[in-house]
Amino acid sequence: MKVMVAMSGGVDSSVAAALLVEQGHDVVGVTMRLWGGESDTGCCSVSDVDDARRVAQQLGIDHLVFNFTDDFNEHVVNPYVLAHTTGITPNPCIECNRHVKFARLSERAMLLGFDAVATGHHARVTPSDPHGDGGRDGGDGRNFELERGADRAKDQSYVVHMIDQGELARTMFPVGAMTKPGVRAHAARLGLRTATKPDSQDVCFITSTGGRNTFLGSRIPFRSATVVDTAGATVGEVPAVEMVTLGQRRGLGLAGGGPKRFVIDIDADQGVVTVGDEADLLTPSHTVHDMTWLHAPDRVCTLETVLVQCSAHGTPKPATVSIAADGRTVCVRWIEPQRRISPGQSMVLYDASDRFVLGGGICV
Amino acid sequence: MNAASSLTYLDHAATTPMRVEAVQAMLPFLTERFANPSGSHRFARSVRQAVDEARDVVAGVVGCEPGEVVFTGCGTEADSAAIVGAQRRHGGVGVCSAAEHHAVLHAVEHGGGRVVPVDAAGRIDLDRLVTALGPDVSVVSVMTVNNEVGSISPIADVASAVREHAPQALLHTDAIQAACWLDIREVFSHVDLLALSAHKFGGPKGVGALVVRQGTVLEPLLQGGGQERDRRSGTHNVAGIVAMAEALRLADIERHSEVARLGVLRNRLVDTLLDTLPDVIETVPRDAKIAGSAHLCFADIESEALLYFLDEADVCASAASACASGAMEPSHVLAAMGVDKRYALGALRLSLGYTTTDIDIDRAISVLVPAVGRLRGGPR
Repeated sequence: MKVMVAMSGGVDSSVAAALLVEQGHDVVGVTMRLWGGESDTGCCSVSDVDDARRVAQQLGIDHLVFNFTDDFNEHVVNPYVLAHTTGITPNPCIECNRHVKFARLSERAMLLGFDAVATGHHARVTPSDPHGDGGRDGGDGRNFELERGADRAKDQSYVVHMIDQGELARTMFPVGAMTKPGVRAHAARLGLRTATKPDSQDVCFITSTGGRNTFLGSRIPFRSATVVDTAGATVGEVPAVEMVTLGQRRGLGLAGGGPKRFVIDIDADQGVVTVGDEADLLTPSHTVHDMTWLHAPDRVCTLETVLVQCSAHGTPKPATVSIAADGRTVCVRWIEPQRRISPGQSMVLYDASDRFVLGGGICV
Repeated sequence: MNAASSLTYLDHAATTPMRVEAVQAMLPFLTERFANPSGSHRFARSVRQAVDEARDVVAGVVGCEPGEVVFTGCGTEADSAAIVGAQRRHGGVGVCSAAEHHAVLHAVEHGGGRVVPVDAAGRIDLDRLVTALGPDVSVVSVMTVNNEVGSISPIADVASAVREHAPQALLHTDAIQAACWLDIREVFSHVDLLALSAHKFGGPKGVGALVVRQGTVLEPLLQGGGQERDRRSGTHNVAGIVAMAEALRLADIERHSEVARLGVLRNRLVDTLLDTLPDVIETVPRDAKIAGSAHLCFADIESEALLYFLDEADVCASAASACASGAMEPSHVLAAMGVDKRYALGALRLSLGYTTTDIDIDRAISVLVPAVGRLRGGPR
């Protein structure tokens, strides 16, 4: 097959490219230039492009750089900034996968005559098993599963959950069946320069020195807010309500001593942050919208219990879901009350075996 | 990697293959004649003579005195030496056109200078230039030929405007894309400073020249041994200088016939594409540009995708300038010219040169036509 592999300059995508070459595919490496601004991590710095290019040279494959900065700004950075003004905190990596990697890049690959797009994500694309559990039979013409990566600790199915069946059919995750140490060992065996490169952390367009505060502060006006307790009494003040997140404990200007207090509500427009104790953070249910599905929602509906994961490496918790008629909105009812999560974060539904992604959406 | 012979090379504006004569000219200075021309022994003096003779050759082609030629490490250095050197010496600010190469544009912007709009063909707007001129301007820089779209600047008119409205200002021209196509003597007759780069006319990479009209004083960029009459310190790149002179000499001799020959090839290439493919524009009218430049904009196509198909078929072309990562940057030249974004995203530059033949044109057409069709949703 003719495969375009997205190479970030990290060890996972380096090994993904190497495995595809070993499997005999016709492979071209592509590094996407996504962010034109300041950066010290992630996939956009020139040194990361150098690493990707040098690995491609070593593997004997072509390496191209595509400039998707406009798409990245439009679909990832600008919405990220704008959302913070309304108290919403999106996950930019998920939006990048949704709009850039598994949309823009994939479309480009198809246009150029490639059969598949590969990335270095720790996740697996597996054919549905018609005799397996719970109705995932390929009878509806959709016959792939998005499965967690073999290395549970490094699993990235959460951040690629929005891939649909059509996209899944032409997506490859060559390192998804490997453990991270296995990936590094393979890179070391091949003598790839990325073998010991640290994993990328955090958001690629936010520098570690400036942080979110500097990034957002130079783009949106910060508004101060009053911190009140559940009885309405003022207990502190924060300089930027845009920087406050649900569940936050520190940096609220609260007097010391007493029980731990957490942010339990943020009203950005009124400039009020409410703090309470841990129990005030718990909720029996969540509404999730903009759902995407790997399987028709009516099939999911028949599942009594699903596991719902609320962050990239969070522990999935059991819940039941009810699905609105349009399939775009679901209500997640936890078996045990769970901490509320920030609006804008993604919630991903897995089957009861905790192996397969069913779908996912954005927390309201 | 494919041998160069199997390539259809239509990217002469990026760099040219070295002329065999230039390679031959430089080889002795990479081997037995390795002396430092600034040395005091006869071995050094013989090498010094080679540099002096090369300087004479360049001066002959430019129409200047040999003492006005300053050899540099590249074309960008020549531009910086002119713009930064003028500002450091005379204060004030620089003025340039919005379609300049980054070597000029960034140097002017870095010095807090003014950028003048261009017309739809990429030529500086003379009225706007006049309004940008004033007593605070120390250097004006307007390129002779645009590197992306090939348009020729009205240097004589620019010179008149500068002499009238900013008589104190030095006039610099980046003539790096001009040497194969225009009489450099005529160009230099209008300006104080002129930049050349050897690899654009069959010479090696890593050597250029700034021609500095007598009486023009610049602050040198480098401090050191005082080579090039204190205007450019650093040991001479003797092999590069000798090869540059030989390549320039040949380009000058062959210019007239090559402009005629390559103009015919360029016209056939462009006319065929315009006749065969819908929704294509020729970015700059042919009477406003050099003979070796074909610049087209294809509606509803992305340059990166088009270049992929050309690359797969071993046709070398380009779109705009690449950034440090190798990604294509949106063209500041097309933006300055006001090209409709629907077309500007599908820009393609095919640049011809002394090695280009009918076969290259045939190959380019045979690859481009189906590639454009495919990208517009035709049969795979």
